[in-house]
Amino acid sequence: MTIRDDIVAEVPRLRRYARVLLKNQSAADDLVQDCLERALSRLHLFRPGTNLRAWLFTIMHNLHVNTMIRARREMPGSNGDAASDCLDSAVPPAQGEGLAVRDMERALDQLTAEQRTVVLLVGVEGLTYAETASILEVPVGTVMSRLARGRERLRVLMNGEDPNAPGRVS
Amino acid sequence: MSEERRVTEADFHAYLDGELDAATTAEVEEWLADHAEDAARLESWRRQRDALGALHTDILDAPLPAGMRAVLNRRAPRNHRGRWLRIAASLVLLLVGAASGWLANEAMAPRATEAASFVHRAVGAHVVFTREKRHAVEARAGEKHLVGWLSNRVGRRLNPPVLEAAGYELVGGRLVADDGRPAAQYMYQDRSGKRLTLYVRSARNAKDTAFRVVAEQGVSAFYWIENPYAYALVGQVTRRQLISLGETVRTHLRGS
Repeated sequence: MTIRDDIVAEVPRLRRYARVLLKNQSAADDLVQDCLERALSRLHLFRPGTNLRAWLFTIMHNLHVNTMIRARREMPGSNGDAASDCLDSAVPPAQGEGLAVRDMERALDQLTAEQRTVVLLVGVEGLTYAETASILEVPVGTVMSRLARGRERLRVLMNGEDPNAPGRVS
Repeated sequence: MSEERRVTEADFHAYLDGELDAATTAEVEEWLADHAEDAARLESWRRQRDALGALHTDILDAPLPAGMRAVLNRRAPRNHRGRWLRIAASLVLLLVGAASGWLANEAMAPRATEAASFVHRAVGAHVVFTREKRHAVEARAGEKHLVGWLSNRVGRRLNPPVLEAAGYELVGGRLVADDGRPAAQYMYQDRSGKRLTLYVRSARNAKDTAFRVVAEQGVSAFYWIENPYAYALVGQVTRRQLISLGETVRTHLRGS
């Protein structure tokens, strides 16, 4: 059953992506473990020959989104991003990490959840636009516009410019 | 500026991510040559993407937590009464699945280790020989016997893939002792002197694997097993470049 082997081979990438997304290793590993349990229980739904990595990331993305929605319901009056920020800030930053990493993480926090997801799938994982679009179930054009906006915002934030300054709408 | 803008923001990003066709790529490059501000923004997006790609790469090589290994090693569930009763055909399928799951569990650990130790040796050979200046290869690219010799020793026709479109030229090749068996290493170099190696050995009893990418000892390796051979492409390049080079190499090797 090579498919199990192939899943095993994808686990490090899932863990790394979840780590960047959640900024905390144990929260990340919980998410990955949920993802693996679900994937293995639905192995019969995977069509051999299709993209296993995209399939696993889709499962993980959906689990993450559901967690965010649940968190939002438990905190009435806040929007999705505030909910995710709340969840994130409940987690103390790991010790001993480079300043650059923390700067990057802080800047990522300021993107919308949609921009962040696209920026990470393409930037961290090196997924193609088509793979990213299929994971998020949106058109490729949407991936491209979220990516352009997210990266530009990140650039401005990392340069220490004011992202709300006039003239930098994108 | 009154100049009409043909190149969109989305084009810049697609250019950066290697998603454009040749014609649009040329247009973007032409635009960038004349527009320093856009070129600078593109450069900073590139740095940003590289920084994102470098986040937490240590996790890629870290051992899996015990809980996760347990999930992965769990045998196929046995008590699926409701499902078993549904259709006779699915019963048969489930039995086959459970049996092979059982077998896979027994076989999985050694096989994963085999691929990992293969790539480990390929990386080792890369690190050792790419450092050499005068003796980087045993036979140079122009030498007639290079391909025939390595092909004979490894056991398959091994025409070195042409990577000139990606800026890499073949330097030559050498024979490497790999766990008591012959392996071939082809070495490539780009203009800046950056080196890339392709490592091939026979792997008769190994199971095919999909592409995998690992980072080890400061280099990245793209590897796969296509019975009866195992292949690894190793270099200090970005993940995306490596994957693209790896796909070129695989296509080439399949065709030769």
